[in-house]
Amino acid sequence: MTEARLFVLQRLTAVLLAVMVMVHIIVIVYASGGGLSAAEILGRTRGNFGWALFYQTFVIAAAIHAPIGLRNVLIEWTRLSRQFIDIAMLLFAGLLLFLGSRAVVAVFVGYMS
Amino acid sequence: MSDGQLQVHVWRGGEKGALKTYSVSARDNQTVLDVVTEIQQRIDPTLSYRFACRVGVCGSCAMTVNGRPRWTCRTHVTRVAINSELTIEPLRNLPHIKDLITDMAPFFEKWQRAGGVFEGTATRHDPPASVTHEDRQRRNADAGIECINCAVCYSACDVAGWNKDYLGPAALNRAWTLLNDCRHGDHRGLLAVVSAAGGCSSCHTQGRCTEACPVELSPTRSIAGLKRATLLNTLGLATDKVAS
Repeated sequence: MTEARLFVLQRLTAVLLAVMVMVHIIVIVYASGGGLSAAEILGRTRGNFGWALFYQTFVIAAAIHAPIGLRNVLIEWTRLSRQFIDIAMLLFAGLLLFLGSRAVVAVFVGYMS
Repeated sequence: MSDGQLQVHVWRGGEKGALKTYSVSARDNQTVLDVVTEIQQRIDPTLSYRFACRVGVCGSCAMTVNGRPRWTCRTHVTRVAINSELTIEPLRNLPHIKDLITDMAPFFEKWQRAGGVFEGTATRHDPPASVTHEDRQRRNADAGIECINCAVCYSACDVAGWNKDYLGPAALNRAWTLLNDCRHGDHRGLLAVVSAAGGCSSCHTQGRCTEACPVELSPTRSIAGLKRATLLNTLGLATDKVAS
């Protein structure tokens, strides 16, 4: 992956995230302000492909965006090698993707612990 | 101020050194370079510093004055002294040789690395290229062309301090002017270099370079142009005029 591609990917995902984070926060304020319980929220998200698609896109965008930014921070602020940073950031992207997708599945399937 | 004395703290030594204080007469119309010259000529001839033209053309005399990089030949003491005190140190972000002198080699090596060398395509038998000031690319190039290579922007840039690979504002500004030069023969190669690691995408758009530039250029704007060109080129949206 070239530096230019990373740069472009980070910018494009930023555009997506700017909109999605706003939708996300507005929905949180709306849902919690309306006094909905966790069970009631799950009742609305369970089986809803629209929300699943929205949040899965959100997760993918975040899993691309955050590691690129963190990579830049590590390059500037630490003496770690580029190779080490790149591998660590790939793993971090994988972790974000796994945790985020797990949450999307949980909300879609309606699993509550 | 013309009757008093200036207390001037000057960096002496190499990477390991210390500030040494000199007392110099305050005069009207006195530049920071005048002060350094007076110390060297009248008090301590072992003081090393660099200058050439003394009129803001050559870009040799940049130093850190009261914490900010400046061209000392055009910086009046009255504008920068705080309570009749000056602290004069070498430029940041460059290897320190002695006293107020830095090794400028990395700065100029990055200038070369950023592809700042013009490659002509025409021969002496071709007519001169027709370049008008209505042309947007020419206006872009004109806006950044008057750089005097003083390294004040490079010294002001935090990213240049953090990331040793970063080409820095001056070299990228030069690349931007060349990218907008219709006579240049290798726009694609130039864009590939400035889009690579340490290139324009490392810039944080903090604007310290633009704030510090003594000839009031905006490397920040030039780098933003390179970022835009990188974005369009990577997405396959660039035209032949990659910088347009």
